[in-house]
Amino acid sequence: MTLFIEQCLNGLQFGLLLFLLAAGLTLVFGIMDLVNLAHGSLYMIGAYFAATFAAWTGSFVLGAVLALAATLLVGMVVEMIAMRRLYGRDHLDHVLGTFGLILFFDESVRLIWGPEGLSLPLPSWLNTAVQILPGIYYSSYRLAIIVVTLAVAAFLYVLVMKTRIGMLIRAGASNREMVGALGVNIKLLYTLVFGLGAALAGLAGLMQAPILTVQIGMGENILILAFVITVIGGIGSIRGALVSALLVGFIDTLGRAFFPDLLRMVLSPAAASTAAPALSSMLIYLLMAIVLVFKPEGLFSAGNR
Amino acid sequence: MTRASAVRIAITVALFAALALLPLYAHLTGDRFMLTLFTRIVILAIAAVSLNLILGYGGMMSFGHAAYLGIGGYAVGMLAHEGVYSGFVQWPVALAASALFALIIGALSLRTRGVYFIMITLAFAQMAYYIVAGIARYGGDDGLTIYKRSEFVAPLDLSNKVQFYYLCLLLLYGATYLVWRLVNSRFGMVVRGARSNDMRMRAIGFPTYRYRLVCFVIAGTLCGLAGALLANHNDFISPATMYWTRSGDLIIMVVLGGMASPFGPVFGAVALLVLEEFLSGITEYWQIILGPLLLLVVLFARGGIDGLLQAIGKERSA
Amino acid sequence: MSEPLLRTENLAKRFGGIVATDDLNLGVAPGELHAVIGPNGAGKTTLIAQLSGQLRPDSGRIHFAGHDITALPMHKRSALGLARSFQITSLFLDLSVLDNVALAVQAHAGHSFRFWRDARNETDLREPARAALARVGLGAREDRPAAALSHGEHRQLELAMALAGNPRMLLLDEPMAGLGPEESARMVELLLALKKELTILLVEHDMEAVFALADRVTVLVYGRGIASGAPAAIRANKDVRDAYLGEQEATDA
Repeated sequence: MTLFIEQCLNGLQFGLLLFLLAAGLTLVFGIMDLVNLAHGSLYMIGAYFAATFAAWTGSFVLGAVLALAATLLVGMVVEMIAMRRLYGRDHLDHVLGTFGLILFFDESVRLIWGPEGLSLPLPSWLNTAVQILPGIYYSSYRLAIIVVTLAVAAFLYVLVMKTRIGMLIRAGASNREMVGALGVNIKLLYTLVFGLGAALAGLAGLMQAPILTVQIGMGENILILAFVITVIGGIGSIRGALVSALLVGFIDTLGRAFFPDLLRMVLSPAAASTAAPALSSMLIYLLMAIVLVFKPEGLFSAGNR
Repeated sequence: MTRASAVRIAITVALFAALALLPLYAHLTGDRFMLTLFTRIVILAIAAVSLNLILGYGGMMSFGHAAYLGIGGYAVGMLAHEGVYSGFVQWPVALAASALFALIIGALSLRTRGVYFIMITLAFAQMAYYIVAGIARYGGDDGLTIYKRSEFVAPLDLSNKVQFYYLCLLLLYGATYLVWRLVNSRFGMVVRGARSNDMRMRAIGFPTYRYRLVCFVIAGTLCGLAGALLANHNDFISPATMYWTRSGDLIIMVVLGGMASPFGPVFGAVALLVLEEFLSGITEYWQIILGPLLLLVVLFARGGIDGLLQAIGKERSA
Repeated sequence: MSEPLLRTENLAKRFGGIVATDDLNLGVAPGELHAVIGPNGAGKTTLIAQLSGQLRPDSGRIHFAGHDITALPMHKRSALGLARSFQITSLFLDLSVLDNVALAVQAHAGHSFRFWRDARNETDLREPARAALARVGLGAREDRPAAALSHGEHRQLELAMALAGNPRMLLLDEPMAGLGPEESARMVELLLALKKELTILLVEHDMEAVFALADRVTVLVYGRGIASGAPAAIRANKDVRDAYLGEQEATDA
């Protein structure tokens, strides 16, 4: 039972983290109609920056804040130099162009930080276990992740739904020319939105860093999940991203934890241990396939897409 | 025949002739590495040609095409591991498995369009990657060594590098010819029309989904053949062959070479892999150059090499 | 009237709060040219979309040549002989003019799962395509890429494609859209010639063309058919003048 609660919380935490990543991706697609494969690279850069700055300053939090700022900056620079030229083009052009950026980023990271990868150790005050229910303890860091991501989700909601900028974002998503004609600086808006997406990716990367390693290629691995989530939730829908991120987080975590046992009840132990790892990783793809059969545009598709 | 197309045809023929003469060159200069490199280039060119069928002509942006390289390769590898070395068994299995996978993935993915399609094909290919990486019996993550190449009838011996090269080259010629006939046939016109204006195709009476699906299966099967060849070439197969970034490499070859003709991807494969060799001789961080180069090609030379040849031809005749 | 070739029965369609088609009963007799007119937003394009199968009506039925086609997908209606042209040019721009029409011919000829023979050499595709192009007057342009044609020629090509399958009936959605006076006159002549061989439902804004071509006219306002009859009668109808022709004359004056 304890294990189950712990895995549920892990699923929640993983799902929320994926949400951060997917939200950035779907935001950029929904508003600028841009498919950004290099989104995973920004996730990676956030983690690398955090590890480096934390080591320099000696403080985890300070390192994280600096890393966030740095990733935001990188995002905006990339937008101004490269992304801008891709707006309005065929999606294939986006895919190819941003794929080129992945190569560039991966190799640049390898050049600057070497091929080995880094680690980001937790400060002692975060590395504790907190009692959440009588007799049940959970990592305070993972709880912190849950709290932070929920706060960010709330912030996004307020930003997009309640502020002027959010209104421009939503308006820009449905009618670019109009918003431009209204005298709004579309270029600046897009740069900021892309920067926001980058910051979300970077935040996800740096928060995940102490739990998994910081290494080249981590972006590509997680990007797939972000894609699956976006497909399931519907492109352009942040609400869809949240729901499907949580779904994917739970299914993947609980699946990996309990599916092998389930298999053992049905199959022989030998067959179960052969099939388990392969089948567990398949679960979210099966989910995606099922959603596709019934709703090809995703669960919460944003209307006109 | 216009002057423009004459230039293009001449260069294409020259390339195909050069490829045919390569083993002679390698023999005369004693450069064994060239033969190995170009065998790999020819095999990946087959994969690129198959991708162009759905990408260039069909407008289906599949980001999971490398999966078929893996499926074809693992069919050969798994059977070899179980002691079945006959190419007459291995290769049909490779083709059948690729066709089946393409059928299932295509049936599901082709219900979507545009960005969704890209993401879905990518995700399904990754699924294949994870499945294969999870099967410990066939090497899992580490991959599977293949101790004996596919056996056919004497005198054909795949472990003879020159023979193997010519086999691959013949298959490349065949694949390119097949795609050429396909895209000009009635079936091909439907697929091209569907790429150009799917709504209109349906309005005039074509149920475009099934044509796309058949096209998708053909492309996947052809790529599965390339996979079987690749496994033989490397004497090894691993999940890394199917990792989604490898699908990206194939797309690069197609776009770089030019999507408007069946031969474009051959240019692309040659260009990309030769460029890789060249750049990695200069610096081990060659992808830092390749990445932005790709972006530049996308922005300024979208028609790829084939497009450039057309442009050159036009200028000279003007 | 003898059994209509195309008939709608209580056809209705809404988009959220907007009623696009309101309990519409429309009939087109075989051999007639029936025009549908109405102010902007009257639901004319939505009507064509439902008749051709692009949109599903919310309720009501559509009958064509004795079949209930309400649920029939687009490509099957085309096979039954109901062809459509588009208001906004929808062609295969990267293919040649002849390729465009040949595809339309191929759609009707069937046997599209042929993988080897060069389709561009098949006379049973090329000849009917050339014939359709000749009918609309585009024969000389057959080898040009469709993108290279003028707007007027695009409208002609649209028509050629609709004709390629030898349909029994044409649904024409504003074929005059964007045409200058010369081109419009040519299109009217063309339609007069086609009228002798086909049944036509014509949605149009160009009143001169409508009154020159139509055997009967239906007036659509807010999705509802407010009047239907011979052109002269429609012109004289008070409701129609108030709702529609009144504003036309005001803008013409």
